[in-house]
Amino acid sequence: MYVERKQLVAPGEILAEGKYVSGENTHREDEKIFSSRVGVVEVEGDRLGVVPVKGCYVPHVDDVVVGRIVDIGMSGWTVNIDAPYPALLPASETPLLGHRPSRQRVDISGMFEVGDLVVSKVLAFDRTRDPLLTAKGPGLGKVTAGRIIKVSSTKIPRLIGSKGSMISLIKKETDAHIMVGQNGTVLVSGKSPESENAAIQAIRMIEREAHTRGLTDRIQAMLRTKVKGEGVES
Amino acid sequence: MKVEEKPVELIDQNGLRIDGRRLDELRPIKMEVGVLDKANGSACIEQGKNKILAAVYGPREAHPKHIALPHRAVLRCRYHMAPFSTSERKSPAPSRREQELSKVIRESLEPAVLSEYYPRTTIDLFIEVLQSDGGSRCAGITAASLALADAGIPMRGLVAACAVGKIAGRVALDLFDTEDKQGEADLPVAIMPRSNVVTLIQMDGILTPEEFQTAFDMAVRTCHTIHEQQKAVLKQRYLSIKEEVEEKNDVEKKEK
Repeated sequence: MYVERKQLVAPGEILAEGKYVSGENTHREDEKIFSSRVGVVEVEGDRLGVVPVKGCYVPHVDDVVVGRIVDIGMSGWTVNIDAPYPALLPASETPLLGHRPSRQRVDISGMFEVGDLVVSKVLAFDRTRDPLLTAKGPGLGKVTAGRIIKVSSTKIPRLIGSKGSMISLIKKETDAHIMVGQNGTVLVSGKSPESENAAIQAIRMIEREAHTRGLTDRIQAMLRTKVKGEGVES
Repeated sequence: MKVEEKPVELIDQNGLRIDGRRLDELRPIKMEVGVLDKANGSACIEQGKNKILAAVYGPREAHPKHIALPHRAVLRCRYHMAPFSTSERKSPAPSRREQELSKVIRESLEPAVLSEYYPRTTIDLFIEVLQSDGGSRCAGITAASLALADAGIPMRGLVAACAVGKIAGRVALDLFDTEDKQGEADLPVAIMPRSNVVTLIQMDGILTPEEFQTAFDMAVRTCHTIHEQQKAVLKQRYLSIKEEVEEKNDVEKKEK
């Protein structure tokens, strides 16, 4: 192994030679493993991967994403989920139709308009067809309130943290409701503008400093001073 | 009215060139990534008097749809010189030369991009020459590969390029405009320094086999130097953030 954990690498940089397994964002040539993107090295046993610092969103089945309706068709909607592929939300996958027998006619034309934001889940996606979404299920459906923050989708795992530690920290400290879309769109709605601002500031800080050590502690310290300080003011 | 250019001595008695460089000396290079806000990836390069901007959009939905390929992303490239990039105004319409350069630059980058990760999409690459002074295709390739890496597109490795030419009977590195026009030969080379694969090689003028070998070796060596700088530039932004915040960490720890 030529690199250490958490080291920043560029595309084409050699990571290891020999018995290691080539993980995410790396490629193998003969016995050598190279990085494919700019990112931070991650080691798991003998598997070497790179956590990218920038990149586009690639849908995965079961991802919850926040998309914007861009077109209305005969039997559904086209949704922009900030991926290289347009996503399809069929009318049959909307909450209203879910509970009714299919032969009953329901007018769904006004359910989503162009420009609406929809929280949805990726039902199916493979590289030969465009992603298919569903808006049926708890927490899914049209977005009616909150503030929208866009971050790079590569920073989402860091924003959530291991087993959701980071996101639950922010929720606990700011008392705001946060919905994280895997595609990089985050919805924040808090009890007060101050709590929203604090949460947004924390998210921005994570986006900027995702590749550094001791981030959770810094976020906690920042939120404590911020929330407390503003509590005194009001 | 065009002023006739007087032929000047390309190499003086001290063995120095018009701009004071030695024969094997590169012009100073300055690179920066992430210069454009709206592009997915971007880079800017200054090599001597060259100023070139490279922007990458994508991978994104292919338009028109029929150009999309089922098994990989399509790389599209446009090399363009701004009307004000030369001393005589250049028509903004793409010239024959620009079309050729767009093609060879695309082909020099295609082996580096792992395009099979994003089937049915396009990756659009724009190279805009703001100020030109010879060797702009090579500087363009160097900047373009940085922009691709900055966009987070998976790559086998970066691509670095530089040109070697022949002036006043001697092989010289990185010709600028006057040398290029009055010199005897020009040999632009792009390589993937990671695996030493040549992705672009062109030549105009005449070189003997021996001269070609020296010139080629010189180009490959220089590409490796440029590659080191490319890697440093790509990491620099993230490393400075890391240093800044981790320093704060250490200070806090000491206070405790």
